Amino acid sequence: MLKVQGLSAHYGRAHILDDVGFEVPAGQVVVLLGRNGAGKSTTLKAVMGMVRPSAGQVLFEGTDIAGREAYQIARAGLGYVPEERRIFSELTVRENLSVGRRPPAQGLRPWTEERLYGLFPALGAMQDRPGGRMSGGEQQMLSIARTLMGNPRLLLLDEPSEGLAPVVVQRMAQAVRQLKAEGLAILLAEQNLYFAHAVADRAVIIEQGRIRWEGGMVELLNDESTYQQYLSL
Amino acid sequence: MENLLLQGLNGLASASSLFLVASGLTVIFGVTRIVNFAHGSLYMLGAYLAFSIVTSLPRGHAGFWGGVVLAALAVGVIGALLEMLLLRRIYRAPELFQLLATFGVVLVVQDVALLVWGAQDLLGPRAPGLRGSVELLGLRFPLYELVLIGIGPVVLGLLLLLFKRTRWGTLVRAATQDREMVGALGVNQRWLFTSVFFLGSLLAGLAGALQLPRESVNLHMDLATITEVFVVVVVGGLGSLPGAALAALLIGELHAFGILIFPKITLVLVFLVMAVVLVVRPRGLFGKAQVAQAAVASVAEPVLGRAPAQLKWLGFFALVVAVAAPPFLAGDYALIVLTDMAIAVLFAASLHFIMGPGGMASFGHAAYFGIGAYGAALLTKWFAAPMVPALLAAPFCAGLAGVLFGFFCVRLSGVYSAMLTLAFAQIAWSVAFQWVELTGGDNGVLGVWPDPWATKLNFYWLALGCSVMGTLALRRIALSPFGYALRAQRDNTLRAEAIGINAFEMRWVAFVLAAGFAGVAGGLFAFAKGSVFPTALDIPRSVDALLMVLLGGVQTLAGPLLGALAFTGLHEQLVRATDYWRLVLGGVILLLVLAFPQGLAGAVRQWWEGRRHG
Ligand SMILES: Nc1ncnc2c1ncn2[C@@H]1O[C@H](COP(=O)(O)OP(=O)(O)OP(=O)(O)O)[C@@H](O)[C@H]1O
Ligand SMILES: [Mg+2]
Repeated sequence: MLKVQGLSAHYGRAHILDDVGFEVPAGQVVVLLGRNGAGKSTTLKAVMGMVRPSAGQVLFEGTDIAGREAYQIARAGLGYVPEERRIFSELTVRENLSVGRRPPAQGLRPWTEERLYGLFPALGAMQDRPGGRMSGGEQQMLSIARTLMGNPRLLLLDEPSEGLAPVVVQRMAQAVRQLKAEGLAILLAEQNLYFAHAVADRAVIIEQGRIRWEGGMVELLNDESTYQQYLSL
Repeated sequence: MENLLLQGLNGLASASSLFLVASGLTVIFGVTRIVNFAHGSLYMLGAYLAFSIVTSLPRGHAGFWGGVVLAALAVGVIGALLEMLLLRRIYRAPELFQLLATFGVVLVVQDVALLVWGAQDLLGPRAPGLRGSVELLGLRFPLYELVLIGIGPVVLGLLLLLFKRTRWGTLVRAATQDREMVGALGVNQRWLFTSVFFLGSLLAGLAGALQLPRESVNLHMDLATITEVFVVVVVGGLGSLPGAALAALLIGELHAFGILIFPKITLVLVFLVMAVVLVVRPRGLFGKAQVAQAAVASVAEPVLGRAPAQLKWLGFFALVVAVAAPPFLAGDYALIVLTDMAIAVLFAASLHFIMGPGGMASFGHAAYFGIGAYGAALLTKWFAAPMVPALLAAPFCAGLAGVLFGFFCVRLSGVYSAMLTLAFAQIAWSVAFQWVELTGGDNGVLGVWPDPWATKLNFYWLALGCSVMGTLALRRIALSPFGYALRAQRDNTLRAEAIGINAFEMRWVAFVLAAGFAGVAGGLFAFAKGSVFPTALDIPRSVDALLMVLLGGVQTLAGPLLGALAFTGLHEQLVRATDYWRLVLGGVILLLVLAFPQGLAGAVRQWWEGRRHG
């Protein structure tokens, strides 16, 4: 569904991504693993058009979307949930959701506010609360829900478990599995191996802006040396 | 007592029109982050267009109000076109470049208005049915003013509804906070920006059109309005509608009562208020912190680097010519222009120092130029000081002002800091303008002649020497450890503070240095002209300096040099060649902005480096 090839990206003169390539098959959850500063967020941003790739292709269902603007990529069917959540703090929960609203995609059940409150019951209880007065976990749910309002077919999720209590991480993992069951493909950036294990089918390891390893999630868990080399602190 | 009531009502009426203009500006700024200097020009266009439309329509209610609405709509369309044809192309350019573009628009609109409507003030028709006045507690108050008082709150209410109750309004509020995220959610920002520009311009046009029955339409409406509206928007907090409303009320009433109590202080009163508000609340009354904007935008800003060696040789060669050639030039005129250029280069370099390495924009740098000029001139006038001591005193006067004003300005950031510099500059200006006993007011300080040894040629060499040494000194400082620390705090204040850089002190020292060098330029200016007038520190002079720096490009050290030379040369030639020099200059600026979004020096360097590597 998503195929990234030879992707490079720069911040100013700093070369951040170098020849990054991987695939996200339809209906699967692929996790991008790597230490702090490895380039996970930059990869997601480059796919989303929020960092302009300096080389390479981003094929979404066969069309190269590299170099397009973020809003066009969103309209093509990608949804992006940023690491910092970026909730509109002045807007209420309901208004935040309405910013994300886009017409439904074919083949997937369209998201409505009610369905999202079903997915994240905590949100349903605070529809009129301004985003600025929500806890980190609630903001994370709202950020995901807001993106889902755009009815994406592929979801880019940047560290949804960051800073959440273990119980909330479990609930978040449940939600992600539910999304997968709905037929959504998901590209997840993570550092939390527990969370990655709970949701991902495949794993891609990135270090210093290069892909170092790619394979099944189960495979990775059995591969002590790869884990030691790229992921342990 | 009755008088107070009348003044209160007058204050409400002007608050109402101020709010209309300010609401447009604040909405535009909120979403696009553009400090639109051309907003006053749109207001002026609204008044002119309303004049033409209303006078060509049949008399009566439909003619008048229809004309007002049509004019407002037309200005809205002009604003939308401005966004689509000009600003849209440079959203990714450094923020200050957009400012430059809007300056270009101001110049162009001035001359277009002059061409179409002529230089004479135009008196519009009165509003039909509202010519009379009403009795309030035994006093007569014009009916039209009462209607105006009502229009402000009605527009505020409609705008609040629009922003609260429609999806468009929700999108605009979201974009005001984090426009990149709104884009990532699939909203086409272009369309949003254009529509916001349409609405904001429409409000400016409406405000202008509504002035028709109140005052004459003239070519000074643009700058007079824009400064006052900036004050309102900044005092209220950028991007906040209720803030703009409250600030408009405050400023309108202060004006009305200020005239009653202290006629002399009215010119500064609004700026004093702004200074006080910003010192107490650095983001205005209702302003909020901004989410850091997209990485995409900041990536476009290259680092400040050293020029390649060949360029240095070129500069050196140009300098040799500048020193050696003038004795062989015929005529004083060339020497006068060259002296002006030397002064302009130093002035621009001093502003560049706080803008480039310091990372602070100043809208009021003329204050230090002017204070240097007045310092030198007043010493000769009152103490019969010879030229050299007077010149030496200039940077100290300007530096002292820098110490005082800078202390407040460098605490703030971004537009707020820039606006506070403007406020201080206006305060300095009105002191020069109104303290007639000391400065001669509008008549200026005359007879500031150089010593006998300083012939036109010698004085030119003196100016050139000061300019070159001053510019080199600033360059030295920018590349010294102090300069690196200064840039470190510019790029990331928190990180810089973490490694022990005191950002406040750095910025303050930089500000004072820049003020001092501007003072040198000002002192030279006083003796070059033989006189000093309040125009030495007025807003147009600050704008000139900004134009020079922005034209040249903020990112390179050579930028202000090229910008000052290009600007002074162009300006000089154009003023001599045509009455419509603003149109040409503005047009050139717009073309340059579109063609070289990295400034002249940046473009030259890019071409140079491209040639070497490519
Ligand atoms: N806006 C920026 N400007 C310059 N460099 C940046 C910027 N954002 C990130 N970087 C650099 O790019 C590299 C990759 O950053 P990125 O955010 O992609 O890492 P990450 O894998 O998401 O890390 P984390 O786990 O901490 O979120 C880092 O070295 C970082 O310092
Ligand atoms: Mg990250």
